[in-house]
Amino acid sequence: MDGIHDLGGMQGFGPVDHAPAEPVFHEPWEGRARALIEVVLGAVRPNGGEFRHAIERMDPGHYLTSSYYEHWLTAAATLAVERGLLTREELEARAGGTFPLSGPVLAPPVTGPGAGPNEPRFHAGDQVRVRDWHPPGHTRCPRYIRGKTGIVVRLDGNYSVPDVEAHGAARRDEPTYSVRFNAAELWSDGQQGVCVHVDLWDSYLEPA
Amino acid sequence: MSEGAHHPAAMSPVEQRVAALEALLTERGLVPEGFIEQTIHRYESEIGPMNGARVVARAWADPQYKQRLLADGTAAIAELGFGGAEGDHMVVVENTPAVHNVIVCTLCSCYPWPTLGLPPAWYKDPPYRARMVREPRVLLAEMGCELPEGTEIRVWDSSAEVRYLVLPQRPEGTEGMSEADLAGVVTRDSMIGVARL
Repeated sequence: MDGIHDLGGMQGFGPVDHAPAEPVFHEPWEGRARALIEVVLGAVRPNGGEFRHAIERMDPGHYLTSSYYEHWLTAAATLAVERGLLTREELEARAGGTFPLSGPVLAPPVTGPGAGPNEPRFHAGDQVRVRDWHPPGHTRCPRYIRGKTGIVVRLDGNYSVPDVEAHGAARRDEPTYSVRFNAAELWSDGQQGVCVHVDLWDSYLEPA
Repeated sequence: MSEGAHHPAAMSPVEQRVAALEALLTERGLVPEGFIEQTIHRYESEIGPMNGARVVARAWADPQYKQRLLADGTAAIAELGFGGAEGDHMVVVENTPAVHNVIVCTLCSCYPWPTLGLPPAWYKDPPYRARMVREPRVLLAEMGCELPEGTEIRVWDSSAEVRYLVLPQRPEGTEGMSEADLAGVVTRDSMIGVARL
Protein backbone atom coordinates (compact mmCIF):
# COMPACT_ATOMS: atom_id res chain seq x y z
CA MET A 1 0.00 0.00 0.00
CA ASP A 2 1.11 3.55 -0.58
CA GLY A 3 1.26 4.12 3.16
CA ILE A 4 2.89 6.64 5.46
CA HIS A 5 5.61 4.11 6.32
CA ASP A 6 7.05 4.39 2.79
CA LEU A 7 9.14 7.42 3.62
CA GLY A 8 12.06 7.30 1.20
CA GLY A 9 12.55 10.67 -0.46
CA MET A 10 9.80 12.59 1.34
CA GLN A 11 10.66 16.18 2.19
CA GLY A 12 10.01 18.57 5.01
CA PHE A 13 11.05 16.47 8.00
CA GLY A 14 13.96 18.63 9.14
CA PRO A 15 17.08 17.53 10.98
CA VAL A 16 17.79 14.05 12.31
CA ASP A 17 17.65 14.06 16.10
CA HIS A 18 20.93 12.24 16.33
CA ALA A 19 22.93 11.33 19.42
CA PRO A 20 26.04 9.16 19.08
CA ALA A 21 25.33 7.46 22.40
CA GLU A 22 21.77 6.41 23.00
CA PRO A 23 20.25 3.94 25.46
CA VAL A 24 18.65 0.80 24.03
CA PHE A 25 15.36 1.78 25.64
CA HIS A 26 14.62 5.44 26.41
CA GLU A 27 11.82 4.67 28.84
CA PRO A 28 11.06 1.54 30.86
CA TRP A 29 7.77 1.06 28.95
CA GLU A 30 9.67 0.63 25.69
CA GLY A 31 11.49 -2.43 26.95
CA ARG A 32 8.29 -3.92 28.38
CA ALA A 33 6.46 -3.21 25.12
CA ARG A 34 9.27 -4.86 23.17
CA ALA A 35 8.91 -8.02 25.26
CA LEU A 36 5.10 -8.02 25.13
CA ILE A 37 5.22 -7.81 21.35
CA GLU A 38 7.16 -11.07 21.36
CA VAL A 39 4.43 -12.57 23.54
CA VAL A 40 1.71 -11.47 21.12
CA LEU A 41 3.63 -12.67 18.06
CA GLY A 42 4.24 -16.02 19.76
CA ALA A 43 0.50 -16.35 20.43
CA VAL A 44 -0.93 -15.22 17.09
CA ARG A 45 1.91 -16.46 14.86
CA PRO A 46 1.46 -13.97 12.04
CA ASN A 47 2.53 -14.72 8.50
CA GLY A 48 5.79 -13.18 7.34
CA GLY A 49 5.17 -9.53 6.60
CA GLU A 50 1.87 -9.46 8.44
CA PHE A 51 3.26 -7.66 11.49
CA ARG A 52 4.99 -5.09 9.30
CA HIS A 53 1.76 -4.62 7.39
CA ALA A 54 -0.10 -4.03 10.65
CA ILE A 55 2.30 -1.11 11.27
CA GLU A 56 1.79 0.13 7.72
CA ARG A 57 -1.98 0.19 8.31
CA MET A 58 -1.67 2.68 11.18
CA ASP A 59 -3.45 6.00 10.86
CA PRO A 60 -0.85 8.23 9.16
CA GLY A 61 -1.19 10.99 11.72
CA HIS A 62 -0.69 8.54 14.57
CA TYR A 63 2.30 7.01 12.77
CA LEU A 64 4.10 10.31 12.40
CA THR A 65 3.45 11.45 15.96
CA SER A 66 4.41 8.28 17.79
CA SER A 67 7.69 6.55 18.47
CA TYR A 68 8.69 3.29 16.91
CA TYR A 69 7.83 1.28 20.01
CA GLU A 70 4.36 2.77 19.91
CA HIS A 71 4.11 1.59 16.30
CA TRP A 72 5.04 -1.90 17.41
CA LEU A 73 2.63 -1.76 20.35
CA THR A 74 -0.19 -0.64 18.05
CA ALA A 75 0.53 -3.35 15.49
CA ALA A 76 0.78 -6.09 18.13
CA ALA A 77 -2.50 -5.02 19.76
CA THR A 78 -4.13 -4.84 16.32
CA LEU A 79 -3.12 -8.40 15.46
CA ALA A 80 -4.19 -9.60 18.92
CA VAL A 81 -7.67 -8.11 18.37
CA GLU A 82 -7.96 -9.27 14.75
CA ARG A 83 -7.06 -12.83 15.74
CA GLY A 84 -9.48 -12.85 18.67
CA LEU A 85 -6.82 -13.05 21.38
CA LEU A 86 -8.03 -9.81 23.00
CA THR A 87 -10.82 -7.34 22.38
CA ARG A 88 -10.54 -3.64 21.82
CA GLU A 89 -13.08 -3.06 24.60
CA GLU A 90 -11.01 -4.83 27.24
CA LEU A 91 -7.84 -3.07 26.09
CA GLU A 92 -9.52 0.32 26.40
CA ALA A 93 -11.14 -0.54 29.70
CA ARG A 94 -7.76 -1.51 31.16
CA ALA A 95 -5.95 1.45 29.62
CA GLY A 96 -8.56 3.84 30.97
CA GLY A 97 -8.86 5.54 27.58
CA THR A 98 -8.65 5.04 23.87
CA PHE A 99 -6.35 2.36 22.49
CA PRO A 100 -5.81 3.29 18.84
CA LEU A 101 -5.46 0.31 16.52
CA SER A 102 -4.42 0.06 12.89
CA GLY A 103 -6.94 0.31 10.06
CA PRO A 104 -8.28 -2.71 8.17
CA VAL A 105 -6.40 -4.64 5.50
CA LEU A 106 -7.27 -3.02 2.18
CA ALA A 107 -5.98 -5.77 -0.08
CA PRO A 108 -8.05 -8.86 -0.92
CA PRO A 109 -6.78 -12.13 0.57
CA VAL A 110 -4.15 -13.89 -1.53
CA THR A 111 -5.49 -17.40 -2.04
CA GLY A 112 -2.71 -18.95 -4.11
CA PRO A 113 0.97 -18.46 -4.72
CA GLY A 114 0.46 -17.07 -8.21
CA ALA A 115 3.02 -17.28 -10.96
CA GLY A 116 6.53 -16.00 -10.58
CA PRO A 117 10.04 -16.85 -11.65
CA ASN A 118 11.91 -19.58 -9.77
CA GLU A 119 15.15 -18.96 -11.60
CA PRO A 120 16.76 -15.53 -11.75
CA ARG A 121 15.62 -13.62 -14.81
CA PHE A 122 18.43 -11.11 -14.29
CA HIS A 123 22.14 -11.21 -13.60
CA ALA A 124 24.77 -8.83 -12.29
CA GLY A 125 25.22 -5.99 -14.74
CA ASP A 126 21.72 -6.26 -16.24
CA GLN A 127 19.69 -3.10 -16.57
CA VAL A 128 16.23 -3.39 -15.01
CA ARG A 129 13.22 -1.17 -14.53
CA VAL A 130 11.08 -1.31 -11.40
CA ARG A 131 7.42 -1.99 -12.13
CA ASP A 132 5.36 1.14 -11.76
CA TRP A 133 2.40 -0.21 -9.85
CA HIS A 134 0.49 0.46 -6.65
CA PRO A 135 -0.49 -2.74 -4.88
CA PRO A 136 -3.05 -2.17 -2.09
CA GLY A 137 -1.40 -4.65 0.28
CA HIS A 138 2.00 -5.29 1.80
CA THR A 139 4.99 -4.86 -0.47
CA ARG A 140 8.70 -4.31 0.02
CA CYS A 141 9.04 -2.27 -3.14
CA PRO A 142 9.44 1.35 -2.04
CA ARG A 143 7.56 4.03 -3.98
CA TYR A 144 10.61 6.17 -4.75
CA ILE A 145 12.09 3.66 -7.17
CA ARG A 146 8.95 2.61 -9.07
CA GLY A 147 9.33 3.19 -12.78
CA LYS A 148 13.06 3.89 -12.31
CA THR A 149 15.90 2.15 -14.07
CA GLY A 150 18.87 0.60 -12.30
CA ILE A 151 21.60 -2.02 -12.59
CA VAL A 152 21.61 -5.40 -10.84
CA VAL A 153 24.73 -5.58 -8.65
CA ARG A 154 24.13 -8.73 -6.59
CA LEU A 155 21.94 -11.84 -6.51
CA ASP A 156 20.90 -12.88 -3.01
CA GLY A 157 19.05 -16.16 -3.51
CA ASN A 158 15.37 -17.07 -3.39
CA TYR A 159 13.06 -15.84 -0.64
CA SER A 160 9.33 -15.86 0.04
CA VAL A 161 7.59 -12.92 -1.63
CA PRO A 162 6.25 -10.63 1.12
CA ASP A 163 3.34 -9.44 -1.03
CA VAL A 164 2.04 -13.03 -1.09
CA GLU A 165 2.84 -14.32 2.39
CA ALA A 166 1.50 -11.28 4.26
CA HIS A 167 -2.00 -11.93 2.94
CA GLY A 168 -2.64 -15.62 3.44
CA ALA A 169 -1.17 -19.07 3.77
CA ALA A 170 0.22 -19.20 0.22
CA ARG A 171 3.95 -18.87 -0.38
CA ARG A 172 6.02 -18.15 -3.46
CA ASP A 173 9.80 -18.05 -3.47
CA GLU A 174 11.54 -15.79 -5.94
CA PRO A 175 15.06 -14.62 -6.62
CA THR A 176 16.09 -11.38 -4.92
CA TYR A 177 18.59 -8.80 -6.12
CA SER A 178 20.38 -5.71 -5.01
CA VAL A 179 19.76 -3.03 -7.64
CA ARG A 180 21.81 0.15 -7.92
CA PHE A 181 20.10 3.42 -8.90
CA ASN A 182 21.95 6.62 -9.62
CA ALA A 183 20.60 9.40 -7.42
CA ALA A 184 20.28 11.60 -10.50
CA GLU A 185 17.92 9.00 -12.00
CA LEU A 186 15.79 8.94 -8.88
CA TRP A 187 15.54 12.64 -8.13
CA SER A 188 16.38 14.43 -11.41
CA ASP A 189 18.47 16.87 -9.43
CA GLY A 190 21.89 16.29 -10.92
CA GLN A 191 23.49 14.69 -7.86
CA GLN A 192 26.88 13.31 -8.84
CA GLY A 193 28.70 10.37 -7.31
CA VAL A 194 25.71 9.15 -5.30
CA CYS A 195 23.92 5.86 -5.78
CA VAL A 196 21.19 4.12 -3.82
CA HIS A 197 20.93 0.33 -3.66
CA VAL A 198 17.56 -1.29 -3.04
CA ASP A 199 16.98 -5.02 -2.49
CA LEU A 200 14.10 -6.31 -4.60
CA TRP A 201 12.18 -9.46 -5.49
CA ASP A 202 12.22 -10.61 -9.10
CA SER A 203 8.57 -9.85 -9.85
CA TYR A 204 9.09 -6.20 -8.83
CA LEU A 205 11.34 -5.84 -11.89
CA GLU A 206 11.11 -5.89 -15.66
CA PRO A 207 13.83 -5.85 -18.29
CA ALA A 208 14.94 -2.39 -19.39
CA MET B 1 3.10 -5.70 36.26
CA SER B 2 5.14 -2.60 35.56
CA GLU B 3 6.23 -0.33 38.36
CA GLY B 4 4.13 2.49 36.93
CA ALA B 5 0.98 0.38 36.93
CA HIS B 6 0.70 0.96 40.66
CA HIS B 7 0.47 4.70 40.03
CA PRO B 8 -1.96 5.09 37.15
CA ALA B 9 -2.29 8.84 37.63
CA ALA B 10 1.38 9.34 36.79
CA MET B 11 1.31 7.28 33.64
CA SER B 12 1.26 8.64 30.11
CA PRO B 13 -1.36 7.26 27.71
CA VAL B 14 1.14 4.99 25.99
CA GLU B 15 2.37 3.64 29.34
CA GLN B 16 -1.24 2.91 30.25
CA ARG B 17 -1.69 1.01 26.99
CA VAL B 18 1.45 -1.05 27.62
CA ALA B 19 0.28 -1.79 31.15
CA ALA B 20 -3.15 -2.80 29.83
CA LEU B 21 -1.65 -5.17 27.29
CA GLU B 22 0.68 -6.62 29.90
CA ALA B 23 -2.15 -7.18 32.39
CA LEU B 24 -4.41 -8.88 29.84
CA LEU B 25 -1.70 -11.12 28.43
CA THR B 26 -0.58 -12.04 31.94
CA GLU B 27 -4.15 -12.96 32.96
CA ARG B 28 -4.33 -15.29 29.97
CA GLY B 29 -1.18 -17.00 31.19
CA LEU B 30 0.83 -15.97 28.15
CA VAL B 31 3.67 -14.13 29.90
CA PRO B 32 6.10 -16.56 31.54
CA GLU B 33 7.57 -15.52 34.88
CA GLY B 34 10.58 -13.28 34.31
CA PHE B 35 10.13 -13.18 30.54
CA ILE B 36 9.90 -9.40 30.28
CA GLU B 37 12.99 -8.78 32.42
CA GLN B 38 14.98 -11.43 30.56
CA THR B 39 14.01 -9.97 27.20
CA ILE B 40 15.03 -6.47 28.26
CA HIS B 41 18.31 -7.78 29.60
CA ARG B 42 19.05 -9.61 26.37
CA TYR B 43 18.55 -6.52 24.25
CA GLU B 44 20.39 -4.22 26.64
CA SER B 45 23.37 -6.41 27.43
CA GLU B 46 23.89 -9.31 25.04
CA ILE B 47 23.58 -7.75 21.62
CA GLY B 48 24.89 -4.38 20.62
CA PRO B 49 27.53 -2.53 18.64
CA MET B 50 30.29 -4.07 20.78
CA ASN B 51 29.74 -7.22 18.71
CA GLY B 52 30.08 -5.42 15.40
CA ALA B 53 33.16 -3.64 16.72
CA ARG B 54 34.83 -7.02 17.27
CA VAL B 55 34.07 -7.98 13.68
CA VAL B 56 35.57 -4.74 12.38
CA ALA B 57 38.64 -5.01 14.60
CA ARG B 58 39.26 -8.57 13.40
CA ALA B 59 38.97 -7.42 9.78
CA TRP B 60 41.49 -4.62 10.42
CA ALA B 61 43.91 -6.98 12.17
CA ASP B 62 43.61 -9.99 9.88
CA PRO B 63 43.58 -9.41 6.09
CA GLN B 64 42.43 -12.95 5.40
CA TYR B 65 39.48 -12.53 7.74
CA LYS B 66 38.64 -9.28 5.99
CA GLN B 67 38.61 -11.09 2.67
CA ARG B 68 36.22 -13.71 4.04
CA LEU B 69 34.07 -11.01 5.62
CA LEU B 70 33.62 -9.15 2.36
CA ALA B 71 33.03 -12.37 0.40
CA ASP B 72 30.50 -13.95 2.82
CA GLY B 73 29.54 -11.67 5.68
CA THR B 74 27.19 -14.13 7.37
CA ALA B 75 29.79 -16.91 7.59
CA ALA B 76 32.65 -14.65 8.67
CA ILE B 77 30.55 -12.99 11.35
CA ALA B 78 29.47 -16.44 12.57
CA GLU B 79 33.16 -17.25 13.12
CA LEU B 80 33.02 -14.77 16.02
CA GLY B 81 29.82 -16.33 17.33
CA PHE B 82 27.31 -13.75 16.09
CA GLY B 83 24.23 -14.58 14.06
CA GLY B 84 20.51 -15.24 14.23
CA ALA B 85 17.42 -13.12 13.69
CA GLU B 86 18.07 -10.05 11.55
CA GLY B 87 21.59 -11.29 10.92
CA ASP B 88 20.96 -14.38 8.80
CA HIS B 89 22.01 -12.77 5.53
CA MET B 90 24.78 -10.28 6.13
CA VAL B 91 26.53 -8.21 3.51
CA VAL B 92 29.52 -6.14 4.64
CA VAL B 93 30.33 -3.06 2.58
CA GLU B 94 33.80 -1.54 2.80
CA ASN B 95 34.64 2.14 3.09
CA THR B 96 37.75 3.27 1.22
CA PRO B 97 39.26 6.71 0.65
CA ALA B 98 37.14 6.94 -2.52
CA VAL B 99 33.90 5.26 -1.38
CA HIS B 100 31.63 5.88 1.60
CA ASN B 101 28.80 3.47 2.45
CA VAL B 102 25.76 4.17 4.60
CA ILE B 103 22.78 2.00 5.55
CA VAL B 104 19.11 2.87 5.95
CA CYS B 105 15.71 1.19 5.91
CA THR B 106 13.18 3.51 4.30
CA LEU B 107 10.19 1.17 4.82
CA CYS B 108 10.66 0.24 8.47
CA SER B 109 13.74 -0.26 10.64
CA CYS B 110 15.72 -3.22 9.27
CA TYR B 111 19.06 -3.36 11.02
CA PRO B 112 21.62 -6.09 11.82
CA TRP B 113 20.64 -6.97 15.38
CA PRO B 114 23.35 -9.56 16.19
CA THR B 115 26.17 -7.16 15.33
CA LEU B 116 24.70 -3.74 16.11
CA GLY B 117 21.87 -4.47 18.57
CA LEU B 118 18.51 -2.76 18.32
CA PRO B 119 18.56 0.38 16.18
CA PRO B 120 18.80 3.82 17.76
CA ALA B 121 15.64 5.96 17.69
CA TRP B 122 16.93 8.37 15.04
CA TYR B 123 17.52 5.47 12.63
CA LYS B 124 13.82 4.53 12.89
CA ASP B 125 12.40 8.05 12.78
CA PRO B 126 11.06 9.68 9.60
CA PRO B 127 13.77 12.32 8.97
CA TYR B 128 16.59 9.80 8.56
CA ARG B 129 14.52 7.32 6.53
CA ALA B 130 13.15 10.03 4.25
CA ARG B 131 16.34 11.96 3.65
CA MET B 132 19.19 9.45 3.49
CA VAL B 133 18.14 8.17 0.07
CA ARG B 134 17.36 11.63 -1.28
CA GLU B 135 20.21 13.86 -0.12
CA PRO B 136 22.82 11.67 1.59
CA ARG B 137 25.71 14.11 1.16
CA VAL B 138 23.73 16.93 2.77
CA LEU B 139 22.40 14.74 5.56
CA LEU B 140 25.77 13.15 6.34
CA ALA B 141 27.34 16.60 6.61
CA GLU B 142 24.52 17.71 8.92
CA MET B 143 25.20 14.69 11.09
CA GLY B 144 28.87 15.63 11.32
CA CYS B 145 30.18 13.34 8.60
CA GLU B 146 31.86 15.69 6.14
CA LEU B 147 33.21 13.82 3.14
CA PRO B 148 35.92 15.07 0.82
CA GLU B 149 34.46 16.30 -2.43
CA GLY B 150 34.53 13.52 -4.98
CA THR B 151 33.92 10.76 -2.45
CA GLU B 152 31.41 8.35 -3.95
CA ILE B 153 28.45 7.72 -1.66
CA ARG B 154 26.71 4.36 -1.73
CA VAL B 155 23.44 4.18 0.16
CA TRP B 156 22.05 0.72 0.98
CA ASP B 157 18.28 0.54 1.59
CA SER B 158 17.62 -2.72 3.50
CA SER B 159 14.33 -3.57 1.81
CA ALA B 160 14.53 -7.38 1.56
CA GLU B 161 16.33 -10.10 3.52
CA VAL B 162 19.93 -8.81 3.55
CA ARG B 163 21.17 -6.74 6.47
CA TYR B 164 24.20 -4.53 6.00
CA LEU B 165 27.23 -3.64 8.09
CA VAL B 166 29.67 -0.94 7.06
CA LEU B 167 33.37 -1.78 7.44
CA PRO B 168 34.90 1.58 8.33
CA GLN B 169 38.42 2.53 7.32
CA ARG B 170 41.04 1.86 9.95
CA PRO B 171 42.05 5.24 11.36
CA GLU B 172 45.61 6.43 11.19
CA GLY B 173 47.58 6.12 14.39
CA THR B 174 46.18 2.72 15.29
CA GLU B 175 49.16 0.75 14.01
CA GLY B 176 50.36 -1.70 16.61
CA MET B 177 47.14 -1.64 18.60
CA SER B 178 45.82 -4.97 19.83
CA GLU B 179 42.60 -6.31 18.37
CA ALA B 180 40.79 -5.62 21.64
CA ASP B 181 41.99 -2.01 21.64
CA LEU B 182 41.01 -1.63 18.01
CA ALA B 183 37.47 -2.74 18.87
CA GLY B 184 37.35 0.12 21.34
CA VAL B 185 37.91 2.60 18.53
CA VAL B 186 34.91 1.41 16.48
CA THR B 187 31.63 3.26 16.99
CA ARG B 188 28.09 2.27 16.16
CA ASP B 189 27.74 5.30 13.90
CA SER B 190 30.79 4.26 11.88
CA MET B 191 29.24 0.83 11.24
CA ILE B 192 25.95 2.42 10.10
CA GLY B 193 27.96 4.80 7.97
CA VAL B 194 26.93 8.14 9.46
CA ALA B 195 30.45 8.74 10.80
CA ARG B 196 34.03 8.13 9.72
CA LEU B 197 36.70 7.29 12.25
